[in-house]
Amino acid sequence: MPGSPVSTTKTMNMIEAINSAMDVMLARDDKMVVMGEDVGFFGGVFRATAGLQKKHGKTRVFDTPINECGIIGVAVGMGAYGLRPVPEIQFADYIYPGLDQLVSEAARLRYRSAGDFICPMTVRTPFGGGIFGGQTHSQSPESIMTHICGVKTVIPSNPYDAKGLLIAAIEDNDPVVFLEPKRIYNGPFSGYYDRPVEPWSKHDASAVPEDYYRIELGKAATVREGEALTILAYGTMVHVTRTIVEEMGVDAEIIDLRTLLPLDIDAIERSVKKTGRCLIVHEATRTSGFGAELAALVQERCFYHLEAPVERVTGFDTPYPHSLEWAYFPGPVRIATALTKILKD
Amino acid sequence: MPETDPKPDMGRAASNLPPLSLHIPEPRYRPGDTPDFGDVEIPAVEAARRPSEAARPDAMRELSYGLVRVLDFDGQAKGSWDPKLIPERLRVMLRYMMLVRAFDDRMFRAQRQGKTSFYMKCTGEEATSVASTMAIDRTDMVFPSYRQQGVLIARDYPLIQMMNQIYSNRGDHLMGRQLPIMYSAPEHGFFSVSGNLATQYPQAVGWAMASASKGDNRIATVWCGEGSSAEGDFHSALTFATVYNAPVIFNVVNNQWAISSFSGFAGSERTTFAARAVGYGIAGLRIDGNDPLAVYAATQWAADRARTNNGPTLIEHFTYRSEGHSTSDDPSAYRAADEATAWPLGDPIARLRHHLETIGEWDAERHDAQARELDELVKTTQKQSEKLGILGHGLHQPFETMFQDVFEELPWHLKEQSEQMLAEQEAKFGPNWKPE
Repeated sequence: MPGSPVSTTKTMNMIEAINSAMDVMLARDDKMVVMGEDVGFFGGVFRATAGLQKKHGKTRVFDTPINECGIIGVAVGMGAYGLRPVPEIQFADYIYPGLDQLVSEAARLRYRSAGDFICPMTVRTPFGGGIFGGQTHSQSPESIMTHICGVKTVIPSNPYDAKGLLIAAIEDNDPVVFLEPKRIYNGPFSGYYDRPVEPWSKHDASAVPEDYYRIELGKAATVREGEALTILAYGTMVHVTRTIVEEMGVDAEIIDLRTLLPLDIDAIERSVKKTGRCLIVHEATRTSGFGAELAALVQERCFYHLEAPVERVTGFDTPYPHSLEWAYFPGPVRIATALTKILKD
Repeated sequence: MPETDPKPDMGRAASNLPPLSLHIPEPRYRPGDTPDFGDVEIPAVEAARRPSEAARPDAMRELSYGLVRVLDFDGQAKGSWDPKLIPERLRVMLRYMMLVRAFDDRMFRAQRQGKTSFYMKCTGEEATSVASTMAIDRTDMVFPSYRQQGVLIARDYPLIQMMNQIYSNRGDHLMGRQLPIMYSAPEHGFFSVSGNLATQYPQAVGWAMASASKGDNRIATVWCGEGSSAEGDFHSALTFATVYNAPVIFNVVNNQWAISSFSGFAGSERTTFAARAVGYGIAGLRIDGNDPLAVYAATQWAADRARTNNGPTLIEHFTYRSEGHSTSDDPSAYRAADEATAWPLGDPIARLRHHLETIGEWDAERHDAQARELDELVKTTQKQSEKLGILGHGLHQPFETMFQDVFEELPWHLKEQSEQMLAEQEAKFGPNWKPE
């Protein structure tokens, strides 16, 4: 487990760790505010803000109209005033009405005003499928975010990282989109939807310090060291990939990117040059997905070390289907097939 | 079910009613027409009552459909909205408006001379931003659209800084990154101009909410045109403002034209823009935007209302865009040539001058002398600014500044791209390309 505890630790799932990060920061920084649909009295549809309004007050943690353009636009104005807003977009699928405020305003403010105004905003939003959410509660829009210049994109894969990364995101003076893989809020996902859910309490990374700590943005984590190939993954797919690798007995090195932008290119380069093979795994649709960027970077920087073509395992280029969710999801069969292919070459 | 019972209404619609028709709005006058605004309703100055700043929005709805006026056409200030400003204050107001016009004229010409890429005048609309700014505190935050140069001038922002920005020259503190006139001036309470329309609307509400949540006493004002009041951001902003009772003043400059689209494409054939406030439960004032005293009075009323926790106000400034949208369009291609002179509410500078002369506080000699003095001031400042460069003549910001301020710190991929760009300059201009 990265870092060392600075205070007493507590077993937390991802929701509890995210809640703890906001709780710690609301207490440390009176400029921070949390806002979003249902985040106040109720504590959020996923409970990420449970108890925060009661503890920190209604002007620090409050409900908003159902209006994502307004939520992000208002947060930009609050940031210009000097606050540190942490808006929640209830599902990443709902972020699109607020996209202009994110792309043309939040992301550009520092640049266009040459630092006169900044946007120290962190947009938290649950993303990804595997919960029977249908096509409007399952999408993975990370490559839309990484394509915006001026926004950082962070995706944690476990409770310990979620808290440390969220605190670093909140403290960052630039806008951060913090995408929370909702399939693993309550436990790491093996990829086998028909098996019982394993709770976070059985996982090392559920030991979370109760106090303040940071995990710097832009640093990947090596989840598993290995020699046979490098697997680049993030969020839910870190756990799915690890399950398959261990089942197949493959000596894979799994890199959890944690921050997509700025990307930890050194960690990627070091690993791929060592193993000579690279598999990229994400749940998002394939075409123009973040895997395309990763594949391009790997071939630009590691081409003469590669012993096999870079492979991608992704969701299909369809909307996320409701009843056929598990045929869409890049699960054990798709990953195993790609592993077999890349190791055979 | 057997096929016996077709829906009876369907048959009636098909047989008895005329076919549906789609309405596409059309302005009354196009090039070649003689405009006549005789039917534009201009109520008497005394017709608009002035409610208490704490009045409930539902008890003052008629002000969203009427027209708040102070300066009558006889040059007198009248009615309950008269802010009763002392003559010295009126002269300051006139001076700022004349300075805006002198500045606009010279910068428009600079663009025509090829010294910059773009300019936007606010001719005919000077009262809206100048008088509004004089009615709020200098520490209040203004979220401008692109035609609020009057705000900066009324806050004594250095003209040379505006010009440096217009020229994107070595003195431009925005590093030549923004289209001309997209100023930013935090020390003068002037938010960075976006260029995307109405995005500043919810931002102003957020700023005002932050001010209220911190127990501050500053308020926010925000600007858009009647055209961009159609944007979703406008409606997001009004929703948030009414929900949180935010201390914000919404200004809609209804200058009748959004580039070539007349106000009918934003809904003016059906209602007023001030009436947007009614549906949101916000105070709405429709005012004569060419009457600087009406603009001052309405803004002062709205500022007092906001500052005493009585909530937001939407002010529609009913005015006319005398010039083109920008240097990039030719209004004679889409509207009648004489609309500006036919406009029944006159010119704001002429009207304030008339008022000052009527009350014996101004005369033609002083007016002409001031016009010459301001022209000279603008001309001298322009020469100083041009020493720092004009667009496209080499005196731009250092190349590497292109990559600064994307983020607070430069990440690796931008470092790499910056090095690539610098190498490209060397390839283009030789080894000694970099100026000292």
